Amino acid sequence: MAADRATAVIIGAGHAGLATSRCLTDAAIDHVVLERGEVANSWRRERWDSLRLLTPNWQSRLPGCRYDGADPDGYMSMPEVIAFISGYARTLAAPVRTQTEVTSVRAGGGGYHVVTSTGEIDCRVLVIASGACNAATVPAVAAAVPSSVFRVNALEYKNAAQLPDGGVLVVGASATGVQLADEIRRSGRHVTLSVGEHVRLPRTYRGRDILWWMESSGVWNQRYDEIDDLVRARSLPSPQLVGTPERVTLDLNALMAAGVEIVGRLSTIRDGQALFSGGLRNVCALADLKMRRLLDTFDAWAATQQGLDVGAPERFEDTRVPETSRLRLELAGGEIRSIVWATGFRPDYSWLHVPVVDAKGRLRHDGGVVEAPGLYAMGLPVLRRRKSSFINGAEEDARDIVAHLAAYLG
Amino acid sequence: MALSTVNNGVNVQALLDAREALKGAPGATKFTWKASSQWKNGTHSTTTIQKFHGLGQEQSHKKAFAFDADHPEIFAAEDKSITPVEFLLVGLASCLTAGIAAVAQNRGIQLRSVEADVEGTMDIQGILGMDADVRNGYDGIKVTFKIDADASRQDIEALVAQSQKRSAVYDAITNPTNVTVEIA
Repeated sequence: MAADRATAVIIGAGHAGLATSRCLTDAAIDHVVLERGEVANSWRRERWDSLRLLTPNWQSRLPGCRYDGADPDGYMSMPEVIAFISGYARTLAAPVRTQTEVTSVRAGGGGYHVVTSTGEIDCRVLVIASGACNAATVPAVAAAVPSSVFRVNALEYKNAAQLPDGGVLVVGASATGVQLADEIRRSGRHVTLSVGEHVRLPRTYRGRDILWWMESSGVWNQRYDEIDDLVRARSLPSPQLVGTPERVTLDLNALMAAGVEIVGRLSTIRDGQALFSGGLRNVCALADLKMRRLLDTFDAWAATQQGLDVGAPERFEDTRVPETSRLRLELAGGEIRSIVWATGFRPDYSWLHVPVVDAKGRLRHDGGVVEAPGLYAMGLPVLRRRKSSFINGAEEDARDIVAHLAAYLG
Repeated sequence: MALSTVNNGVNVQALLDAREALKGAPGATKFTWKASSQWKNGTHSTTTIQKFHGLGQEQSHKKAFAFDADHPEIFAAEDKSITPVEFLLVGLASCLTAGIAAVAQNRGIQLRSVEADVEGTMDIQGILGMDADVRNGYDGIKVTFKIDADASRQDIEALVAQSQKRSAVYDAITNPTNVTVEIA
């Protein structure tokens, strides 16, 4: 069977792939969007039940699409996100081929040869929008966890009922780790949270959502080529935020007040014992300092604005690091019955047979323009802007990428 | 940053250049630090340090440095020098202090004085074998810096935090390390 032809192929029908599709349509570039499952597949299958977006509804913008619901300051639940993205796909009449998994991409035929579970396609340009969170990253020491302990990673976790009764060690204090620690604590279990470097943020500041400040002050739009240490910016853990109707702040102080015990970064597991770093105080100090510096930036910006409707500057208590934190935890002793790995995610490029992936599994690209002619990426952390991996980050990135792509096609 | 007017005696540019050069030479970043000790008498020993390995070849300090270690008289020793656990405090204080100077230089902060008091607390029931639940090593270490610099309190706090983040000794003390002891 001869391969199909399309000028452009987009891999992934999530918000990033669909935003790109919309911009390609605007530029009259024929294309197909390949989707391994259904539209918004990861939102349907790879998220825990209680998750809501970290960004407020008013920020849910995609090319040609604005949130027009009744709760602009709320945060979408997963069914709402799925409805939002599916509705967007319908409005676009996007050329999506669902249940079509890409198994191989190679250079060839004046572009790329794409093999899928439902056939083959040759294209001149290819946009990878398959997401940044295809696989859960779990540290190598996970292999040393005694088999009596139930283990689950953030892609497998759905709700606390999955876990056996008894104590839980949550490893990692990004948005994922703090949300799961809080939820599991609420289920009545004792929770120990292992905390490495993290990003602390209040949910609201001076009466506004923290992401309103990020966006309005320009921080959110900072371009990748204006950032001092881009490698670091791209690998930062997600900020300690949660989207709740009450707009609560979910930092370590809130978790400790709820009864969660915090310990240092998981260093290793030896002789059935988890050993934690004694450097907890400093990772908290770093996060407190960085938060304060960011709030200073917001205040400085606010001082230059006329008639801004915001409250007075606020300062938050430093993290109440316990005088001593536990350095070791017996894993086989019964105190801990399960471990939740909230230690990050990574993309999967095992199907990509083009030499553009570095030794650490990261795509080599300059603002989404991958180091191979006609190959592009969307939806990765700080791809082109600080907001790139969030829903509203796809809008400007898709326009930029499609402009480059159109120029390449000539 | 006003790098030209700030001088803490740290050649940050050389360090940044080295970091850039080392990106293309992964093996060169592997260092081995070495020390050789000799028992004198009682708890007194002398450790000599001169050679180390790094940047892909044998390296050497300008000369051999020798350090005595002993125990104080209340441990029925001759107190010819400080105790080994005090050497850990030397390592931590000097590593964090060096880090502060380097980070300050990089951030354009002029230092006038940097002083640290380090206290490590220990229950000697551990080393005396009196209580198996008490560990041998420090149960806590506290470092208190007094820093006089052309910078705000917040910038100084960031300096101290960053020096911990990049400190080899801080890492070695706060995280477990595999240790192998053999007989040749």
